[in-house]
Amino acid sequence: MALKTTMTKDPILKVEHLSMRFGGLMAINDFSFEAERGEITALIGPNGAGKTTVFNCVTGFYKPTMGMITMKQRSGKEFLLERLPDFEITKHAKVARTFQNIRMFSGLTVLENLLVAQHNKLMQASGYTILGLLGFPAYRQATKESLELAKHWLEMASLTDRADDPAGDLPYGAQRRLEIARAMCTGPELLCLDEPAAGLNPRESLALNELLQAIRRDTGTSILLIEHDMSVVMEISDHVVVLEYGQKISDGNPEFVKHDPKVIAAYLGVEDEEVEEVIEEIEEIESEQGGINP
Amino acid sequence: MANVASTTASAGTEVTARALREAVFTGLITLGLFFLFVGLKTDQNIRNELILTERWGLLATFVAVSMVGRFLIVAYVQPWLAQRKAVKAAAPEIVKGESFFSRNLSKIAIVALVLYPPVIVALVGVQGSLKWVDNFGIQILIYVMLAWGLNIVVGLAGLLDLGYVAFYAVGAYSYALLSSYFGLSFWVLLPVAGILAALWGVILGFPVLRLRGDYLAIVTLAFGEIIRLVLINWTEVTKGTFGVSGIAKATLFGIKFDASKDGFAALFGLPMSSAYYKIFLFYLILGLALLTAFVTIRLRRMPVGRAWEALREDEIACRSLGINTVTTKLTAFATGAMFGGFAGSFFAVRQGFVSPESFVFLESAVILAIVVLGGMGSLTGIAVAAVVMIGGTEILRELTFLKVIFGPAFTPELYRMLIFGLAMVIVMVWKPRGFVGSREPTAFLHERKAISGSFTKEGHG
Amino acid sequence: MEYFIQQLVNGLTLGSIYGMIAIGYTMVYGIIGMINFAHGDIFMLGGFAALIVFLVLTSFLAGVPVVLALLLMMIVGMLAAALWNWTIERVAYRPLRGSFRLAPLITAIGMSIVLSNFIQVTQGPRNKPIPPLVSSVYNVFGIAISLKQIVIVVITAILLSVFWYIVNRTPLGRAQRATEQDRKMAALLGVDVDRTISVTFIMGAALAAVAGTMYLMYYGVVVFTDGFVPGVKAFTAAVLGGIGSLPGAVLGGLLIGLIESLWSAYFTIDYKDVATFSILAIVLIFKPSGILGRPEVEKV
Repeated sequence: MALKTTMTKDPILKVEHLSMRFGGLMAINDFSFEAERGEITALIGPNGAGKTTVFNCVTGFYKPTMGMITMKQRSGKEFLLERLPDFEITKHAKVARTFQNIRMFSGLTVLENLLVAQHNKLMQASGYTILGLLGFPAYRQATKESLELAKHWLEMASLTDRADDPAGDLPYGAQRRLEIARAMCTGPELLCLDEPAAGLNPRESLALNELLQAIRRDTGTSILLIEHDMSVVMEISDHVVVLEYGQKISDGNPEFVKHDPKVIAAYLGVEDEEVEEVIEEIEEIESEQGGINP
Repeated sequence: MANVASTTASAGTEVTARALREAVFTGLITLGLFFLFVGLKTDQNIRNELILTERWGLLATFVAVSMVGRFLIVAYVQPWLAQRKAVKAAAPEIVKGESFFSRNLSKIAIVALVLYPPVIVALVGVQGSLKWVDNFGIQILIYVMLAWGLNIVVGLAGLLDLGYVAFYAVGAYSYALLSSYFGLSFWVLLPVAGILAALWGVILGFPVLRLRGDYLAIVTLAFGEIIRLVLINWTEVTKGTFGVSGIAKATLFGIKFDASKDGFAALFGLPMSSAYYKIFLFYLILGLALLTAFVTIRLRRMPVGRAWEALREDEIACRSLGINTVTTKLTAFATGAMFGGFAGSFFAVRQGFVSPESFVFLESAVILAIVVLGGMGSLTGIAVAAVVMIGGTEILRELTFLKVIFGPAFTPELYRMLIFGLAMVIVMVWKPRGFVGSREPTAFLHERKAISGSFTKEGHG
Repeated sequence: MEYFIQQLVNGLTLGSIYGMIAIGYTMVYGIIGMINFAHGDIFMLGGFAALIVFLVLTSFLAGVPVVLALLLMMIVGMLAAALWNWTIERVAYRPLRGSFRLAPLITAIGMSIVLSNFIQVTQGPRNKPIPPLVSSVYNVFGIAISLKQIVIVVITAILLSVFWYIVNRTPLGRAQRATEQDRKMAALLGVDVDRTISVTFIMGAALAAVAGTMYLMYYGVVVFTDGFVPGVKAFTAAVLGGIGSLPGAVLGGLLIGLIESLWSAYFTIDYKDVATFSILAIVLIFKPSGILGRPEVEKV
């Protein structure tokens, strides 16, 4: 598994030497990782590790202090995300995102939420409103198509029967799915999900996993997700990057990360001395096994 | 049985006792509030010095009325309301099918408005119709149009604009100045005024639209005041506080509304009356207002309109969906401003005179109040609010019979704005979401359901 | 140079008045996040209360010393304005707390209309001039400083120190700051939020009334429309200084006063308000949080 990912080497997103400073606080410190095309990459770490900050840098809501974020589309076109304003990252670079604390258009219906997501496409079809206002057929055709796409994602998120209800009226789990469906309606190549499973009950969690798997299977969209619940991550992700205090402590397939003592230490929250002990132990084991240490 | 009766009886005395206590408290507060301002009046004597007039009787009336009022509310109105609420909660909710009337409300309203001038003329005669068509028809429709225009900015896009009257002024002065300097006709200048106002909307909007919430409110207020002050002080062009007078009237396909022999009255063999021009203006503003409504309804179903509403709901989510929030806000600002400009040029042609006096902050406040009282985003609600607030205060001019009650010195007009302000407060406290709190969705899959106001947000801009 | 300093003194006086009104705006905005549009009219009301007290004193109790008269005008004005503001908060703002954000803004505008028209109806629409209360003028190094100006600046300084002490050093101020930060949490920790908000309105009104008294004394005239322009300028001052910040309100007030008097002295007086509003717009565009305000962090 690990071998395969290193072999294909077609990263959709490359984050290099990313640093983000808030005043005196170094939230992200020289952080680099790659997300492979077509895979689900998980960014995990304890609370306050800086995962959402990485996300905000990738999606343009924060401008990083240092570093380079490269998005490479299927067509081969490359975008330097740290230089683009947030809305252009979605519009041109085709990176969509969701939020940790769900951001719905709660007064619009579920369907309208999905139509708003197709804004740029429809705007063009409506001739920047003018042709649409005059009722040109091209716009009517585009409207029909956008409704079809919305219906498709309603189906995928199993929200079809709630389509005409206000988004704010949906239960929590359904809102999470709607947010993902809405992001998918922008037609992204990379989908960034900020803690999609947070606060879900087991049944909703299962529905979410199915939705994510289906997205990857049917659309080939690559997914980057933040999670701090390890069990969710292990089930669906192909590649896991672990962040602690703004630094990368582990990077590999789920199996590798699960057994990485640094990760275990970070998650168990052991004392500093104990971490050192653990690390010493690892080093001992490693030297016994292969004698890499000098 | 006797037990129950005695508890209700004791509850009754308890309520009465509480009502008495509250009445005394209210009386004391009223006394404190009005002691200086009602009990004493500052007047000028013959030597132009200020002297005090005492009005203790009036003060006593105020206090008495407030005490009795509070007592009645606590003792009778509140228990009655609570009881009614309980009954309502207990009764199964009856879902009423929409009646023919409510379904076709807007069509009925349009027909009624089109028929309004002939009906009035038939009822009170040509000359008598002047007041009804002008004060109640045109006056209200101007506010309806302005409020519908502002609704795009505040109600749909959720941007709080306290200087809307600036665009109204731009439109009015565009027509007034361009027609008096270049002699252009109303029909040419109407679109020009709209375009100029929209241009100003973009110019003023561009720097301020990254501001949020109340900052945006205060900067728009400042811009409104700046435009008014420039109109006052740039006397070479605007003639300052004297205003521009003698503005050309509009024509109907070249037919003038004057006493000349090819004027409207002569042409149709009617006796000369200014009422025809007013009726013409009535249909003109009705047309403009309906245009505003039509465009708003169409735009709401277009991507730009949806983006406005999405912006009101959550700006950050909008950006995450690739929507350029700056241009979206600017289009809302410009569209709203354009309708303000149309209304302004209409205002100029109706009055024949414009001065900075007409474009004070109070006007912005009144228009905003109509939008919010009507229910943000709802065209019907806003129209209702305009009729209630503007029509209501206009009616005060008519209440001459009150002079019989309060004496000949009583002028109801004086109380117009006082009552307007009180009505604003009362309606808002009674219905914080406005007359029509629900929102009509712009697209549907299975059925169109109105969205309760509790879900919609008011925007933070 | 002397002319310049003269203008500085005039600007400082005017700025003190704006600053005192601005505090009411900034405190209310800080604690419940609403623009209290009626605040300018509370200031005007305070001025009228002082005017009426002055007339009562001159017509019924002739020969009262000026200091005592001024003190009485201030105190009665403070009481009247505080009672009005308290009542307004109770009937027009409190029922709307926690609902739709624009609703209290509209009731505030409504109350502003009510207050100015109430005074117009009960007191008449004319200007109300009074004879000068204090008229001595001192000449310091060629600069004319009137006693009025000294009184205004000194009273402002004293009141601001008192306010600063209340907000920063007393349990009441602590409750106010807690409510400002997080109303729900403050309520859970036993702060009587309703009472704290009421007290904030009372404090703001009292300061506005003092400003109204000073305004009456300085210009010698008051009229029912006087609430609007000084009100808007004071709100401008509050925003300029950074809304929610007490020192910011005072600083903003002084700046507005200075801009106004310097602009009138060196450029054309006609456009002095245009200058004030333009500077407000420029400051907000480049530093939206004002001079001393904390920058608003956009949470994603």
